Amino acid sequence: MKTVAGYATVIVMTAALFAELTMLVPGLHWGPSEGPLLTVGDAVFYLLASVAMVSAVLVAFSKSILYSAIALLGALLGAGGLYVLLRADFVAVTQLLIYIGGVLVLILFAVMLTSRIGQASATNPATSVVAGLVLLAALGAVLGFAAAEAPWKGAAHPLELEATAERIGDLFLGHYLVAFEVISLLLLATLVGAVVVARKEIKE
Amino acid sequence: MSQLAPGLPHFLVVGAVLFALGTYTVVTRTNAVGILMGVELILNAANVNFVAFDRFNPSPHLSGQVFSLFVIVLAAAEAAVALAIVLAVYLNTKTIDVTEADTLRE
Repeated sequence: MKTVAGYATVIVMTAALFAELTMLVPGLHWGPSEGPLLTVGDAVFYLLASVAMVSAVLVAFSKSILYSAIALLGALLGAGGLYVLLRADFVAVTQLLIYIGGVLVLILFAVMLTSRIGQASATNPATSVVAGLVLLAALGAVLGFAAAEAPWKGAAHPLELEATAERIGDLFLGHYLVAFEVISLLLLATLVGAVVVARKEIKE
Repeated sequence: MSQLAPGLPHFLVVGAVLFALGTYTVVTRTNAVGILMGVELILNAANVNFVAFDRFNPSPHLSGQVFSLFVIVLAAAEAAVALAIVLAVYLNTKTIDVTEADTLRE
């Protein structure tokens, strides 16, 4: 219970910090200049973004592999919420079904099968942390600077709450038909391959 | 034209942070499952970028969302195969520490 409360507090504080930083960077001023400083849409964005980012930090730095796996749930959920915010309803539901319902459960199974949960404090060791931190800082700085300062030309097109599933289906069976067929073949190969790799050989 | 208040750069910054953290996870973890989690973070960062660029494309045609769906499917396939490999390695060596799975090097 204490952990959950601390997690929620950290998320809210990160959201506030992120919003505050956004005000400082001139490249991030996109909204209309008049009106309230922080609308409900903004607040939802900052909350979801900080759920994703704080959970990603936990995935990266947690000492227990089980905590990392649970934190991955938060990161995936936060990203799914951002998809809803971006009017990508089908992608958001797919994220929920495949990532959280499939991949995450698979990862949890692997965690349970391969690590001794009893010694939970040292199941997720890290090497060369300093070099990793340097890389993290450099990557974050360069990519974040490029994202915030580049003169992006785009603008949100007025696509108001339209269901996207139908048009995505048209694209899959029209413009992206070959890729769609290839990926179904790949899924079949993956299914067979995973079973073959993971099975126990019985010697006669 | 209505402008969504959190603009494209906001989402790109989130994607950048997720990508950097995923890279850090992949580089520093020695637990194979932990490395896999880092890969998932990186793929999610790419997906956030795809969907955001699609949303803020002046001429809407949902290609970014289709790409992100392909990425999700590929991530699921990759996770299934990677975890099968992890289980096979664990059955053979009783560990999933990637620094100790160096039989081919000897």
